[in-house]
Amino acid sequence: MKPLLHRLAERDRATVHFTLDGLPLTALAGDTVLTAVLTHTDRLRRAEFSGAPRAGFCLMGACQDCWMATEGGERLRACSRLIEDGMRLLSGASPADGAGR
Amino acid sequence: MSRRVIDVASPPVIVGAGPAGVRAAQALVAHGLRPVVVDESPRCGGQIYRQPPPGHVRDKRSLYGFEAARADAVHHTFETIANRLDHRPGMLVWSLEGDTLHLLRDGRADRLRHGGLVVATGATDRVLPFSGWTLPGVTTLGAAQVALKYQGCAIGARAVLAGTGPLLYLVAYQYAKAGAQVAAVLDSASLSDQAAALPALLRDPAVLAKGLYYVARLRTLGVPVYRGVRGLRARGGERVEGIDWQDAQGEHALDCDAIGFGYALRSETQLADLAGCEFAFDPLQRAHLPLRDAAGRASVPGIYLAGDGAGVRGADAAELAGELAALALLADRGVAVDAWRLAELQQRLARSTLLRQGLERAFPFPEDWAAQAPDDLLLCRCEEISVGQLRQAAREAGADELNRAKALCRVGMGRCQGRYCGAAAAEVLAQAVGVPIAQVGRLRGQAPVKPIPFAMLDDDGEATR
Amino acid sequence: MSAQRVDTEVAIVGGGIVGASAALYLRRMGLRVVLLERDLCGSRSSGVNFGGVRRQGRALALLPLAQRSHLLWGGLRETIGSDGEYLRSGHLKIARSPADMDSLEAYRERTRDFDLGLQLLGREALRERCPWLGDAAVGGSLCPEDGHANPRLVSPAIARAAQAAGAEVHERTEIVEARHDGHGFVLRSAGGLEVRAVHLLNCAGAWSGRLAEQFGEPVPLTGEHPAMFVTEPLPLFMNLSLGVEGGGIYARQALRGNCVIGGGRGFTIDAQRARNSQMALTTAMRQAVHLLPPLRHALVIRSWSGTEGYLPDHLPVVGASGTTPGLLHGFGFNGEGFQTGLGVGAVLADLVRDGRSATPIAPLSITRFRASPAEPAAPVPQPGDIVHP
Repeated sequence: MKPLLHRLAERDRATVHFTLDGLPLTALAGDTVLTAVLTHTDRLRRAEFSGAPRAGFCLMGACQDCWMATEGGERLRACSRLIEDGMRLLSGASPADGAGR
Repeated sequence: MSRRVIDVASPPVIVGAGPAGVRAAQALVAHGLRPVVVDESPRCGGQIYRQPPPGHVRDKRSLYGFEAARADAVHHTFETIANRLDHRPGMLVWSLEGDTLHLLRDGRADRLRHGGLVVATGATDRVLPFSGWTLPGVTTLGAAQVALKYQGCAIGARAVLAGTGPLLYLVAYQYAKAGAQVAAVLDSASLSDQAAALPALLRDPAVLAKGLYYVARLRTLGVPVYRGVRGLRARGGERVEGIDWQDAQGEHALDCDAIGFGYALRSETQLADLAGCEFAFDPLQRAHLPLRDAAGRASVPGIYLAGDGAGVRGADAAELAGELAALALLADRGVAVDAWRLAELQQRLARSTLLRQGLERAFPFPEDWAAQAPDDLLLCRCEEISVGQLRQAAREAGADELNRAKALCRVGMGRCQGRYCGAAAAEVLAQAVGVPIAQVGRLRGQAPVKPIPFAMLDDDGEATR
Repeated sequence: MSAQRVDTEVAIVGGGIVGASAALYLRRMGLRVVLLERDLCGSRSSGVNFGGVRRQGRALALLPLAQRSHLLWGGLRETIGSDGEYLRSGHLKIARSPADMDSLEAYRERTRDFDLGLQLLGREALRERCPWLGDAAVGGSLCPEDGHANPRLVSPAIARAAQAAGAEVHERTEIVEARHDGHGFVLRSAGGLEVRAVHLLNCAGAWSGRLAEQFGEPVPLTGEHPAMFVTEPLPLFMNLSLGVEGGGIYARQALRGNCVIGGGRGFTIDAQRARNSQMALTTAMRQAVHLLPPLRHALVIRSWSGTEGYLPDHLPVVGASGTTPGLLHGFGFNGEGFQTGLGVGAVLADLVRDGRSATPIAPLSITRFRASPAEPAAPVPQPGDIVHP
């Protein structure tokens, strides 16, 4: 797992614990979900039609390319949400998991 | 233009808390009104003066550079008037019907009636696709700036910044100054473009001085700047690994793990569209924009347009336009306003247009992009539609207008609803059909302005408020 | 503004699926056709409707038309050269109560002669077949060969097929005047085009009432706006297109994954365009997630509406004019004209060439709106009459 984002400043912040595809990771309080994930790896999701990896694009809530899901099924736009303790994120899963009852 | 009387029983509403929205709020509060300020972000400032989350320690000088004083003034103004307005942060306006705005916050739906609406929705980067532009590691210039300003990160360990426009040099400078490695700046504009623009740019010596400073500093910091750049191609399998391009000297290639790019900005006009405002093609912005009078009134009574959301004129002009729009709104609500101030603002705004013309001359839109774009280039990143598929719709199904082309080949049908493919799609279609860009029209807006979750509805089945 | 004059055998006003298919079938019969469309062919109701291609649920009076259409839809790929995303997924009409089930049972009984192949599914059978349906569904009626298609692709493609077959198609051509001068029909467009024809087909969708009125047979046609929305692409789960007995939402999932869901009414923004409303959208969203639990975490990305022609008895007008020989009507489809469109076009072509059609359409005559049984102004063409060119 090679990160995309490269921290330059603001390193002195509280630690936040989350998981990505079950793997326990840490981020810093004030990181967005996008930052939390991309400071560890290089993918947020896979594009629906080609399966190609995507890692956000505009970072300002406009391109809608950074939507992720949590294990509980909740959807979040990674660049617009701050990472929270205990978040269980999925990068490969699809949004309508739990089809059926 | 007939003026419907605004419902003064409802408060004025401002959408957007960037420079335009903040100055509009300030003017309304100064005249005794209590506006509602709706903004998607948790804090005011828009994108250009975006404030970092709690816990960040860098000062405004390091965040905003030369604009630190302006940024601070905007933030401080809003803080001062915060208890005299109704601030709704973290809230999306997803539709507008008559005088009712439909809202979404924290996954919950709500609504609000306005007694005059200032639309200050700002802008995003304008992009023109290049091979590999959807690879992880490729972002807009705005994103590269947000990563640094808002999250203290560079988009990569070794970034290349590309496209054209003043933002390209600003971001490169900010990155280099913050200690990020910028492998190169690739500007599609040529030195002769920039030289030809000098007389116009001299109208605002401060802007010109800043630009020259950034370029000089990049040289000092060892960041190579290439001009007249064409034929960008990103290399990489699962993420960006390098970039190739051409210029007058020939072919070039560089390794990198991130690319930030953009070709100036494009306005967020969806709310003006939903409000039913009349649009017209603006050749300087190379986009269809909502019409506004000299004070910012839109064609629909009760709607006022301010800032980059109705035509990109920059942050300083946005502040002027925000105050001006508020004064127009006040006058239309029957509140006495200072006519001299109104006239002064209009005058200053008119001058900002001249600067814009200079910037466009210095950093021209690459009008040959469409003709050079290969068929297999990805055009719509949401729906994964290629340039060739759009050309096919034009050629085989006679699509000569954007909405028709969208219906036939799906460009613009995805989650971003044409924000990032619209400009390029218009270029491809116009070139394929052989008509001027103005003639292929613009993508018709529909609600919701951004995706809304099924989960926003009340669980107990009650009617929405 | 050039003054251009065209003489033809058949002029068709309206380039939606009805007018375009009539043009296509008339060309196959060898007649000369001019198709006149105010905007772009298939850009209005025919292009923005839900996309349901179903026979189940229609009034008996419409089933012959729907059956004929069904056969024509079977040949769609050959007709337009692509699949138009047409899928015979099966259409399920959901029952939410025992009374609904009775109603569906009664419909199956009434329509036995039409060979729709309806299968009634009880609760258990439904659960097994559609595990993704919410608890509110207690049963349903399945029509296995009904399905759905993409109207944005199909309707314009029919017009292109007509053009390829030799129809003269004029888009962005609004007809501002239509009359009969004793010899034939004379139409004039806003741009100065004059069309003279022996036969005139009124297929102008929600705007057909004006043309009908000009020929002395006004109809109580109203414009309404069925509202629609679409989700982001989702993993495939809805392997049938859905309707709800007694009204409510209708839903389908395209192969690309987007779920298209309709319900409620939008509103006009001008004389030609409409939009979904927040009320209709959120009501339909709530009903949809109740019926389709897999939607609960999904996102809605776009909503829209269009303008459909509605008649008070929920039947369209199809057939010969009651006042003017050579004038034929095909309009007022009450929000369900996509599937029947091909059949209506074929019937209109029959009527032009033969003066009659094997497909029964008597209940759909425009004369049912005549205010009184008084004599019409001109002799009414009877089935079997030959209409001279």
